[in-house]
Amino acid sequence: MIGYETFEAWWWPYVFIAIAGWVATDMWRWLGVLVGNRLKQDSAALTWVRAVATALVAAVIAKLILYPTGALEDAPVALRVAAAGIGFAAFLMLGKRIWVGISVALSLLIGGQMLMGL
Amino acid sequence: MTAQSGRNGTFWFFKGVRGIASLPAIILMSAFVGFCGFAVEAGIPFGQTVFMTGMIWALPAKVLLVGSILAGASLPAAFLTVALSSIRLMPMVAALIPEIRTAKTPTWLLLLLSHFVAITAYVFTMERIRDVPREHRVAFFAGFGMTVTTANIVLVAVIYSTVASLPALLAGGLFFLTPVYFLTSIWASTRDRAGRIAMLVGLALGPAFHQVAPEFDILYAGLAGGTLAFLADRALKARAERS
Repeated sequence: MIGYETFEAWWWPYVFIAIAGWVATDMWRWLGVLVGNRLKQDSAALTWVRAVATALVAAVIAKLILYPTGALEDAPVALRVAAAGIGFAAFLMLGKRIWVGISVALSLLIGGQMLMGL
Repeated sequence: MTAQSGRNGTFWFFKGVRGIASLPAIILMSAFVGFCGFAVEAGIPFGQTVFMTGMIWALPAKVLLVGSILAGASLPAAFLTVALSSIRLMPMVAALIPEIRTAKTPTWLLLLLSHFVAITAYVFTMERIRDVPREHRVAFFAGFGMTVTTANIVLVAVIYSTVASLPALLAGGLFFLTPVYFLTSIWASTRDRAGRIAMLVGLALGPAFHQVAPEFDILYAGLAGGTLAFLADRALKARAERS
């Protein structure tokens, strides 16, 4: 099967990125424009579309926390979930300020790893 | 009148440009530092990393593409992984378009500008768009979207050679920034009950479907979660109207 390293040419990785990256993301954006052009503001259909978009993002969030890539893999899963959960709770309780939620979650993640000597 | 609205259009475009100094834009740039470190670690050359930043733009899609390259995935497999994780862009753009367009906005312009839609642009625009006069909303969005995308392309290009020396703790923290930022900012910008239910259901269904159908988990969780939330919201509304 054709892959990232199939061809030696300098331009091949760019073609790979353009197909598997650019087309794979922008085709949804273009489809979104065509669908969005038909949606009326404040319609039930728009509410449903928004709910699906939010649920899709929520699923991405859960996966980024539970099954991460890169350096985040080093942090134990319980610590990642606790840091995100407590950060979100702090965000809700302290006036819904995004920076509050983020600072709490990041401090817990990094502090927790330091305490565990990772 | 024409001169007046022309000046206003420029004014709102630059109002959007100034959004680069907002919290969502600053957090996104920090997350891009994390992504750049990941790309360097994965051995993706400079030119390709910068190319990806501009062409894909959505951060989770880039992380998955680099992950696929690392794993030696074939082109169709990499395409499928990235495409399935990016379906959210479709309803996201579809929800944004009715908010920013007027009857006169040409479709080609919206197709072009849709490239700049990712979570940050969505959250930023949804939060502020009600204060922008309708005829200038496209200009406002274009100003913000183009500026933030360009700024991150430049950022990735500038830090590429130095980012490898990031300590692991910090690199992990930068990766953690994306989900936590999505979590709080989507919640803050979602005002309707259906959206909030969808958020909670999606968080639970994502990992649940991951156990059953790991390749299509996000798609199933999104469709099922969104539809459930929509129906729950309708039922609650109907009950409130009855009593």
